Amino acid sequence: MDLAFVLIQLLNGLQYGLLLFLVSSGLTLVFGIMGIINLAHGSFYMVGAYLAWSLASMTGNLATAILLAIPLTVVLGMGLERLLFRHLYSRDHLYQVLLTYGLILVFEELRSLIWGDDVHGVAVPALLNASIPLTENLSYPVYRLAISGVCLLLALALYFLIQKTRLGMMIRAGASNRDMVQSLGIDIKLIYTLVFALGVALAAFAGMINAPLSSVTPNMGSHVLIICFVVVVIGGIGSVKGAMAASLMIGLAETFGQVLVPEVAGMIVYVLMAIVLVWRPEGLFGRK
Amino acid sequence: MMQGGAINRWLPWVVIGLLALFPMVESNFYMQLLTKVLIMAIFAMSLDLLVGYTGLVSFGHAAYFGLAGYALALMGPKYEAASLWWTLPGAMGICVAFALVTGLLVLRTRGIYFIMVTLAFAQMLYFVFHDTKLGGGSDGIYIYAKPTMNFGETVLVNLEKLDQFYWLVLFFTAGTYFLLRRILGSSFGRALMGIKVNEHRMRALGFPVFRYQLASFGLAGGLAGLAGYLAAVQFGFVNPEILSWHQSGAVLMMVILGGMGTLHGAVIGAFAFVLLQEVLSNQAWFGIAAKHWQLAMGILIMLVALYLPQGLAGLMTKFGRKPATEEAVDD
Repeated sequence: MDLAFVLIQLLNGLQYGLLLFLVSSGLTLVFGIMGIINLAHGSFYMVGAYLAWSLASMTGNLATAILLAIPLTVVLGMGLERLLFRHLYSRDHLYQVLLTYGLILVFEELRSLIWGDDVHGVAVPALLNASIPLTENLSYPVYRLAISGVCLLLALALYFLIQKTRLGMMIRAGASNRDMVQSLGIDIKLIYTLVFALGVALAAFAGMINAPLSSVTPNMGSHVLIICFVVVVIGGIGSVKGAMAASLMIGLAETFGQVLVPEVAGMIVYVLMAIVLVWRPEGLFGRK
Repeated sequence: MMQGGAINRWLPWVVIGLLALFPMVESNFYMQLLTKVLIMAIFAMSLDLLVGYTGLVSFGHAAYFGLAGYALALMGPKYEAASLWWTLPGAMGICVAFALVTGLLVLRTRGIYFIMVTLAFAQMLYFVFHDTKLGGGSDGIYIYAKPTMNFGETVLVNLEKLDQFYWLVLFFTAGTYFLLRRILGSSFGRALMGIKVNEHRMRALGFPVFRYQLASFGLAGGLAGLAGYLAAVQFGFVNPEILSWHQSGAVLMMVILGGMGTLHGAVIGAFAFVLLQEVLSNQAWFGIAAKHWQLAMGILIMLVALYLPQGLAGLMTKFGRKPATEEAVDD
């Protein structure tokens, strides 16, 4: 195994990890701030991928498709929060599980009705369809680097939004004491709607930009969802920093696992989770 | 109070008696359907022990259900019938062992964490059977011959015969019901319910909370294994889907639909859920819409979550019956 090969796997692992972060950051925010367990989060990822595919085949351009799709997913997120999730904040986790489980079934069937059950592929945008040669016969695709770059930028923007802006301050305050924030005259309901829509849009965006790399398939959301659960458990519920650390850890572990020990690669992330649970049951960055 | 207690004492026997007579009036299709309902009732009761009585919301209960099916498929000889005498306890034993090992880890967590971690462990098992050659990959394994239940040379129960299999399943369902009722009425069961209400207080009172929860988790795993074993015998094959999270979600739905924290609720929930599934996917009635029956099911599940938190058993209470949660206390 030479250096270029290790470098390629390293970049792949980081890219996969950063993509996981986009999906799991929304999940962990919604957990941490609204206390909602959302099984349908993977469905948003799937919706994003299908939107990218159908809009790209209509407009012939993935970038236009993504620009058109993002407002749609934000509206979807806001609508779902207003209509359904709002009624669950004070309810037991059990009912949140049940409602979002029902929502997965609805999303899968609607997907089947609207877009069918076929597997689709999305072309890599022409501008980014190139590779950087590393050695004589190994090269690295530019598109993957671009994805990593976009994900990193978004992660920084998210950090800035939550830590440095007034809105971020309200979000953090809302997470620790809802009633206090409300009595200070801040519209907490609006903040919840925004945070939820942000989570939906991030997950859907991850599905969109990843569509050219992995095919667009039915049930693609459920695998991502479970991995993101593992990410959130390892990172600690509600911690965006933890989600970043755990995403990269899992991205690298799974990528190298598939190359080095393909037989047991599927299990590695769960073994990691078990180790973290024994060591720190509240996750790496979780609060007791 | 007396009257309610008396009803609770004889009603299950009447229901079991009527169910036992069912093969006399109906055969084949409805009997097979009812067999499936009864198997799911065992599965739902085992989860109710966790969710309704111990306060542990497991979203990975299908793991034990599926594991037992695979245990049967892998333990028995390939083309001959396995012996029920040792494969059933063997399969259940494996499930209890797996539940105790995973329980040691998952019981360190609470709330949302617990839900996610149980789901993740079930998914781990799913990938073990889906990705490796161990259980035939995504195709699964056929169980060519149903297990035999012989005593020496005589055949006690012929599982190939639908009515005999039905009675065996009914026997196990009734057995599970009375076993759980007995356990929940004992001081162990009271302690579990105490832990559900206030874990810290129970710990302060000197109860070994962790060990009680672990025992409950292991018992629930073993009983889910019983259901999974019987389901594998009925279907004649196992594949990774039997331990997928859809299965875990379905059984949770049964428990809540029926009304959690009441054993008969779990049974009612299993009845309602399986029949609903059967009706919604009936092409003769719904034609092309039957193909997308999960859409109707999904909407229904959401409505139950929003408007029927106490389930069907809760509806009965609303109409003037005594609180169903006192069932176990009466015993």
